[in-house]
Amino acid sequence: MATAEGQTSPKSSDDTPAQETTPHEKTPHEKTPHEKTWHGIVLQTLKRNDIRLVPYVPDRVLTTLIRNLHNDPFFTTFPAAREEEAVGIVSGAWMGGMRGAVLMQTSGFATLANVLASLAMPYQIPLIMFVSERGTLGEFNYGQSLVCRTMRPVLDSLAMEHHTATRIDEFEFIVDRSIRQAITTQAPVALILSPLLTGGKVFDK
Amino acid sequence: MNTHASPPARNTKVMNRFDLTSRLIAKLKNEEAVIGGIGNTNFDLWAAGHRPQNFYMLGSMGLAFPIALGVALAQPDRRVFALEGDGSLLMQLGSLTTIATLAPKNLTMVVMDNGVYQITGAQPTPAAAVADIVAIAAGCGISDSAWAADEDDFERLIDRSLSASWPTLIGVRIDDKPGTGTTRRDPVQIRERFMHGLGVREPL
Repeated sequence: MATAEGQTSPKSSDDTPAQETTPHEKTPHEKTPHEKTWHGIVLQTLKRNDIRLVPYVPDRVLTTLIRNLHNDPFFTTFPAAREEEAVGIVSGAWMGGMRGAVLMQTSGFATLANVLASLAMPYQIPLIMFVSERGTLGEFNYGQSLVCRTMRPVLDSLAMEHHTATRIDEFEFIVDRSIRQAITTQAPVALILSPLLTGGKVFDK
Repeated sequence: MNTHASPPARNTKVMNRFDLTSRLIAKLKNEEAVIGGIGNTNFDLWAAGHRPQNFYMLGSMGLAFPIALGVALAQPDRRVFALEGDGSLLMQLGSLTTIATLAPKNLTMVVMDNGVYQITGAQPTPAAAVADIVAIAAGCGISDSAWAADEDDFERLIDRSLSASWPTLIGVRIDDKPGTGTTRRDPVQIRERFMHGLGVREPL
């Protein structure tokens, strides 16, 4: 998988926290693959694809990613009141020439069927969604596990591209390729962040 | 005991959506973007004369302001107008807080308020008898929110917004007439031509 990452992302060695320093200043330790985090990969891959606008409705799992996006002046990132609203914002921004992506959790995705079917799909807008997956692999709230079961059938009913990311060694490949495909084919994509990748939310408060 | 609240007292003239939309369009000289919300709002935008900088929503009720916010963020040097119905806005009141927080200097919102879902049979909205859209907007942080008293006042408020450096919202009371035209329902062409109009793309 390291080979695959190298093929899709020649600059992947820049994906460490020390990316602002020149390459000779990096120690081998900083470049070891096991130090990569899923949220670091999301941030760097968004940046590499010039995706600057990132509205979100938060999830506990997304906390570090959201904080790091706020701390990076490259990004315009802010909370929206509803996921549907965030989809409208990035759709307008894309038509105006600015790329965006939306962060949400499973229950937020469940509010989106109307906007996907009436805006993103028919207008051919490359909507990029990151969905933190609640409701499986240790869920403690029955309602969350039920709503999770609606997600993939909705995606499949619209024939929307979606991938469930479970492994850190595949993650950059999936994110980078999916973003490029969404933009070049003008079709939405949902990247589902499994608890296998993120650790999920396992405490009951 | 209080089963029916009295309608809020108003001193605003009941105007017409198509007339107001035409007055707005006549003022646009700098390729300003205009986002028309679902139904009659974009039908009247279409009827006022198609421009490449117009975007017509054919679904996604309530998203005219969020879409306009996205355009405004992407192109901060272009003035962006959003036309939305009162029933549509009720579906996405939270977006007013997002807009107030981001405070784009180039966004003007117009709410066409007739108190009814005209296109589905003119049923009253839940807000019709009790709520004030402009007060809601101000409460959400859009401090430059105002009712237009009549057509001249509407034009004055539009003119003022053209040079504002903060988001503005204009409420207009309108009659219950249906839209004047019917938008050609071709989403891909609408989107592509809008992107040409915004200078994002060249035609094939």
